[in-house]
Amino acid sequence: MGLLNLAIESIFIQNILLSLFLGMCSYLAQSKKMESAKGLGMAVIMVLTIATPLNWLIRRYLLQSGALSWTGVEALGNLDLSFLTFICFIAVIASLVQIVEMVVDKFFPALYNSLGIFLPLITVNCAILGASLFMVERQYSLIESLVYGASSGVGWALAIMSLAAIRKKIRYSNVPEGLRGLGIAFIITGLMAIGFLCFSGITLGS
Amino acid sequence: MAKLRKIVSDPLADNNPVTWQVLGVCSALAVTTQVSTALVMSIALTAVLCGSNVVISLLRNMIPNKIRMIVELCVIATLVILADQILRAFVYDISKQLSVFVGLIITNCIVMGRAEAYALQNPPFKSFLDGIGNGLGYSIILVAVAAFRELLGSGTLLGITVLSPEWYVGNTLMLLPPGAFVIIGLLIWFQRTVISKTLREED
Repeated sequence: MGLLNLAIESIFIQNILLSLFLGMCSYLAQSKKMESAKGLGMAVIMVLTIATPLNWLIRRYLLQSGALSWTGVEALGNLDLSFLTFICFIAVIASLVQIVEMVVDKFFPALYNSLGIFLPLITVNCAILGASLFMVERQYSLIESLVYGASSGVGWALAIMSLAAIRKKIRYSNVPEGLRGLGIAFIITGLMAIGFLCFSGITLGS
Repeated sequence: MAKLRKIVSDPLADNNPVTWQVLGVCSALAVTTQVSTALVMSIALTAVLCGSNVVISLLRNMIPNKIRMIVELCVIATLVILADQILRAFVYDISKQLSVFVGLIITNCIVMGRAEAYALQNPPFKSFLDGIGNGLGYSIILVAVAAFRELLGSGTLLGITVLSPEWYVGNTLMLLPPGAFVIIGLLIWFQRTVISKTLREED
């Protein structure tokens, strides 16, 4: 029940885009077409699901204070490498994206054709790094970070696909000139965020 | 001289990284519930941007083209670690409020974008000025959004009460995420119709 609540919270209540503002750049740039919004959404779900638990393991067994004690070497046991968190996380994400791209290309060519061009963009999507950093700050366990990563990805995909759908509908609306494109996208996002506010406070079970 | 000045002044309004190039909006919104956090974030970003522009510009003839992204990421991540440690040492409370968003400067598209688009082709001093210009352009938007949100949301500016709570009821929606989205949307509208138009006419 706790994990389900965590999933609901990170998809709807604390949506990574609508309430934490992460991943805005690619969200605005890639939401003009439904196709690309869908592709990018799927790619983000995939990378987030793998990257968040992987970063958890790296932090737990390499970086945290005293994390290296499993090596049995006394000098390493007291080492605190947590200041290297940022650079390790971004390196993990960058290389993970490359590996995922190669694996998908090799084994799922059809998927690669639809996702391929979006994968490299993901390295600099702040949602990925942000989820890993929030996972550290909120001290999730391994299972929790897996659920958190996957459901944050789902929340992000939900937001970008909704925006793509709305932008398609307003294509012929008469928007004031200076507000066209970027401006109206922000205001729509604001209205969507107000909509998502109504989920706040929902919990399952007791 | 006028050319150098243009490097700094251009990104402030006419070619603002946030409103025209849609770069770096991710963090521009999350830290803007108060002016003080927005200011600290702006300073951190401008420092990292100048530093990374200078370092990458110095290394520009040595970086192999194929791995330039990784080199840029390493330089930026190192500078962000430095900024984060400095913030923790000197302004601990604010660094707690900024939480993960200092770390997210790494993936802020402005830093990466300027490194790619400018520092790789230009000498260090010009890149430094470009860093200052873009950093200030980002800061203006950030502080403007924060000023609106703090003033309308809690009636204060930099923690000083401006709109007295006796007659002004704070609009809590401004402090919630939707307020930020709507304000930045309106700001972009204002910027595109008023400021950029007058600049164009001067040219």
